[in-house]
Formats: sequence, structure tokens, C-alpha cells
Amino acid sequence: MNTFFSLVKKESLSILRDPRTILINIFIPIVLLVLFGFAISNEVNSVRIAAVVTRHTPQTREILERLRQNRYFDFKGLTAAADIDPMMQRGEIDGALILRPVGDTLESQIIVDASNASIAQSSVIYIRSVLNQGAAGMPVTIRTLYNPQLRSSYNFVPGIMGMIFILICAIMTSVAIVSEKESGTMDLLTVSPARPATIILGKLLPYFVMACIILAVMLLMAYTVLGLPPTSQILHVVWISILYVVLSLSIGMLISTVAKDQVSALMMSAMMFMVPVIMFSGMMFPIDNMPLPLQWFSCIIPARWYISAIRQLMIQQLPLSYVTTEIAVLCAMTLFFLLVAVRKMTKD
Amino acid sequence: MTRLRYKLRILWALLVKEVLLIRSNPLAPKVIFMMPLAVMLVMPLVASFDVKNVGVAVVDTSHSPLSRRIVADMSASQWLRVDTVVATYPQAMESLEHGGADVILSLPPALDRQPELIDIAANSVNATKGVLGAQYVAQSVSMTLKRWQSRQGAVAATPSTQLQVSTPQQDASVINMYNPTLNYKFYMIPALVGVLIIVICGFLPALNIVSEKETGTIEAMNVTPVGKVSFVLSKLIPYWVIGLIVTVIGLTIGRLVYGLEPAGSLGAILLGTFLFSLVMSGIGVTVANSSQTMMQSILVMYALIMVFQLMGGLFTPVGSMPEWAQRITYAIPTRYYIDIMRAVCLKGSTVAHLSFEFLALAAIAAAVSLLAAITYRKQT
Repeated sequence: MNTFFSLVKKESLSILRDPRTILINIFIPIVLLVLFGFAISNEVNSVRIAAVVTRHTPQTREILERLRQNRYFDFKGLTAAADIDPMMQRGEIDGALILRPVGDTLESQIIVDASNASIAQSSVIYIRSVLNQGAAGMPVTIRTLYNPQLRSSYNFVPGIMGMIFILICAIMTSVAIVSEKESGTMDLLTVSPARPATIILGKLLPYFVMACIILAVMLLMAYTVLGLPPTSQILHVVWISILYVVLSLSIGMLISTVAKDQVSALMMSAMMFMVPVIMFSGMMFPIDNMPLPLQWFSCIIPARWYISAIRQLMIQQLPLSYVTTEIAVLCAMTLFFLLVAVRKMTKD
Repeated sequence: MTRLRYKLRILWALLVKEVLLIRSNPLAPKVIFMMPLAVMLVMPLVASFDVKNVGVAVVDTSHSPLSRRIVADMSASQWLRVDTVVATYPQAMESLEHGGADVILSLPPALDRQPELIDIAANSVNATKGVLGAQYVAQSVSMTLKRWQSRQGAVAATPSTQLQVSTPQQDASVINMYNPTLNYKFYMIPALVGVLIIVICGFLPALNIVSEKETGTIEAMNVTPVGKVSFVLSKLIPYWVIGLIVTVIGLTIGRLVYGLEPAGSLGAILLGTFLFSLVMSGIGVTVANSSQTMMQSILVMYALIMVFQLMGGLFTPVGSMPEWAQRITYAIPTRYYIDIMRAVCLKGSTVAHLSFEFLALAAIAAAVSLLAAITYRKQT
């Protein structure tokens, strides 16, 4: 036990010796939470639009007035039909509405910059609804469940947690172990009387504590600054996060046994994890939009299961029984990586 | 004159050294060639906010021909998929909680007399998907109702006061400019080239310099008469070339695999790429200059890269951000490059159309290179 604590102490000292790294580690999650919570959203809320009117009638005036009033539009005024294309090429407008009164009827045409297909589709829906407002409206009420204010942070907070833990834990542990290999102090440790398991545990514990601090900071921010709905499932969220941290630490260990030097450890963990975790975990892009083979591939990304479980517990506030699959997969993955990593390490 | 020639010879020698270093690194060449392949082949398939395949659970308490018509019309829609038709709301809710359905559509018992009692509830954990999905369902239902009522000869139940103003009106026709098939991949491909340059031209020089620091070869460099500028240039120039290679690989894949022909000139694309890879590698060098360990430089780069990707309008549009955040994006070089790539590739914009973006990128490139030269110190 004494050896264990002196190992922990040694590792903690070498972490604390580098306060800049600690600051960055705390800073990244906070910045990401703020960005995702307040800045980033894919709601289409200010469609810049110009109008072309061939002849003014009370009806066209009313439609233009509605465009000006509507908070989803940024009305850029009237223009000539020939100017639409150059204005779009300069990126000044997203769409244009052409109103052409013919006799009693009004012919209208919507032109949108469809380079972003999803903005284009939403813009068309908005413009159509402005055009049709006075006419018989939709006799339907629409309610939004779980997220009445339609905040994008509700969707993103679990995603950021999934990404941060795997990145910080995997990068930090793999580099810590590999740098000891590089400087040769690892050999010193292995010839010491400490058992291999003690050495590994002693190395991991400080990083585990750091991850727990980051978890606390993130949860605190989520429930204060970002205003997530308080939930009785919070304890489940915590223990599943801790399970996920252990999983990330074991991935870091595994990387450290494969990587020869710090550069390759960093490349493996930063590049191989950064892109796939953002792309395939469902953090940003819904998994059920992907082609089937990629959906299967996403199953081997641990973050996918974690994020899905946390979303259901934190945001939908469903009972634990709804996420048994996710928990089972996470447990199995943790066990697998832990066993492989420990076996590979003790063999070396 | 001779001095300049002497400096150029030094620079040339340093460049040869850099190229040899990159080639001898076991991972770097793989990253430079494999990463564009992997990213361009897979990411366009994944990076999509398209809301399609929305699962609908229908609570049908009316069991009328009209309700069956509504369900049939929804199953025929290319965006909607009818997950289940059940008798009670809790059953539908269960399907939504288990993730089978995204939207619950409740039809009242007397559907044709009280269409205003129709209720739509959407799972809005993902706000975009929830809102758009609910709107698709609402549109589909109201289309069906309209057709049903006109066939029954009944007039719409709402006698609008603005009847003379708003009707008669034809449904608007829509022209989707620059991307008539509404292919979201076309929108992502030019931007993904930006991702490649961010990651490759940002990470590699940072790793390269810090590993020189750690192995001590930078000390050897510090005692040579090589000047600051030559040294920093020798670190930057290889990444201009790498940036151009990566762009060409990326666009070639975009063309061969996805059929995206850049609408604008290749010259404009390459000019933008040149400036942007200068910015990214300059940032990489600056960060490495001011970090002591590899871990520090990589974490700082990682934070910067995340911010650049998220704030640059890569995945979510800059126009959707609040005012204060939009102002911050003027300082984010990615924003300009992504705008340039998308405008040139899709809309065929020219350098003149995008003069503001090009000038801003050039200014940032100059500032960052200067910073890279200043932060390189020969003494520690």
C-alpha cells in the first residue's frame, strides 16, 4: 500500500508540475460548453431575403410587411431579378421571393441558395408559411417534448461530455506512460519491487481524479449556466460517467503499449479519436441518418453508447431500465480494454 | 545580393532537411495521404443535418377513412416513416421513449368535424429534428385534410377575415440555386477540405517543432547562424505544399466519388488554400514555440482546432449564432476559408466577389507568420 501511495504521489507531482496543462484541461470543457450552449445552433433564424415585385398591389405590400415583421427573416429590401444571382454569389442573401401579380391572382416564386441544402429547405418552409399566413392556416397544434425552449445545448451537453472524457483521459494517460518509456524511467519502475498492477494503478489514479474534477465542473455548468432541467437520475449519470472515464483510461493505456514515442501516441489519440468521436458518436450528426454500414461501425465507438445513455437519463429523464443496453455495452467494452491493456502492459 | 543568395541557400538546405524529416517520420506521410482519403470518403456520408426518416407514432382514436388516408399519405412521404398506429397516447409515448418514433400524431375521434384537435408532439432533445419533423407531419396532415375537404365539397372551416387579400393565390414554385438536387454532401465537401488543412497543417508543424525541442536538435539549430525568418520559413513552406496536395486530393475525390465539379476557378481555390495553410501552419509553429512539452502544444492546438471548427461555420451556420458570437467569428480564419471554398465550389464566385474574405485571410496570414517569427527564440 505504501508503494502504491508513493507512486500516486509521484504521478500527482508530475501532473502538478505542469499547471498549464491542468488549466488547459479544465478550460477546454468550459469553452466547449459555453460555445455549444450559447453560440452554436443549427436553428435557421435569420434568413437574409430580398424581394422582387413586378407590380405593387395591397397583397404584395402585405406579404412584404409580414417578411419585415417576421423574426426569422432579415429583410434586405427590394431588388431586381437580375441582381439575385450576384448577390447570392457575394453571399449577401440566402433567398429571394419573386411576387408577380397577374390579374387577380398572385404568382410567386421562391429562389433559395441551396448550397446548404438543410438551410434551403427550412427557408422554403418559412417563406411558404409567410406567403400562406392569411389563408386557412394549419389546424394543428405542435408541442415539443423534453426541450420546450428548443435549446441546442440539451442535445450537445451529453455529446461534449462523451468527447471530452475520451480525449483527455486517453491523451493524458497514453502520453504519460509513453514519455516515461522515452525518458527511460519506465525501466526503473519495472525493476523496482512494486508489482506491475500497482504501477499501473498508481499511474491511473491521479488522472482518474482529474477526470472526476472535470466531470464535476461540467455537471455544475450544465445545471447552472446552461440551465438543464434538474433530474433525479443525477446519481446514475455520475456513475455511468465514472464507468466511461475508466473505459477511456484503459484505452489510453492500450495506446501507450502500442505507441513507440509521444508523437505517435498523440497522433493516435488525437487524430484517430478526435474525428471519429465527433463524427460517429451521434454527438452532432444523428446516427440514423448514416448509411447502414456506418451505423454498424458507430457501434464500436464507446462514446456513442455513453452519449445515448446520458441523453436519455439527463434530458429525457427516463428511468435506468431504458438504458440497460448502453450500460451493458459500456461495461463489456471497459472490461475488454482493461484486460487487454493490463495483459499487454504486464507482458512488456 | 550575395547575402540574399546565401540566405536562400540556407533556406533551401533547411527545406531539404524538413522534407527528409517528414518523409522519415513513420506516421506523417500516412497522415498526409491517408487522412484525406478517409475523411473525404466517409465524412460526407455522415455529416448531415438532413432531417429524414422521421418516425411517427399515430394515436388513432377515430378509425375513420380519413385517418387511414392520413396514415397512408404519411407512409408515402419520403421524409416520414410511420412507426406504429396505436389506440392510446401512453402506447405511443412508449414507442417514443424507446426511440422508435420521433413524433406522436394524435387524431381526435371526430376527425373530420374537429380537425383543430389534432395534436403533434415531437421529441425535441435534438431541437432541429424535433421541430422540422413536427412540421413535416403537420404539412402532410394539412395537405391530406385540404384534399379531403375539397373532395367533400366543404369549404374550409375558418372564414378568414383577410380572405380577399390572401386568396386567390397559387402555391409558390421553388428554385434551388447552385445545388438543385439539395445534396447536403455538396455543401460539406468543400468545407471538409478545410478540416483536413486545419488538422494536418495545424498539428504536424506543432508536433515537428516540439519533437525537435524534446530531442534537442533545436539546440543545435539555435547555435547555427540561421536567422529567425529562414528557420520559420523552412517550417512553414513544406506545409503550403502539403496543404495544396491535400486540397487537390480532396477535390479529386469529391469529383470522382460524389460528382462535385467545382463551379468556380481552381486558381481561386488554390489561392485560398495557400493563404489558409499559411495561417494554420503559422498557428502551429507559434503554439509550439511557446510550449515546453508536446502535451501542452497538442492540447492548445486541440482547443484551438475545436473552436475553429465549431465557430467557423463548418457544421452549423454562422448566421444561426447570436450577435455576439457572430462578431467573434470575424477573428476565426476558418470562417473565411470555408466561405471561400463553398462559394467558389458551389456558386462559382470569383476572387472579386469574395474580396473581403480573401483580404481578411491574407491579413490574418501575415499577422500569424509574423507572430511565428517573433515567438521563435534562440535562447531558452
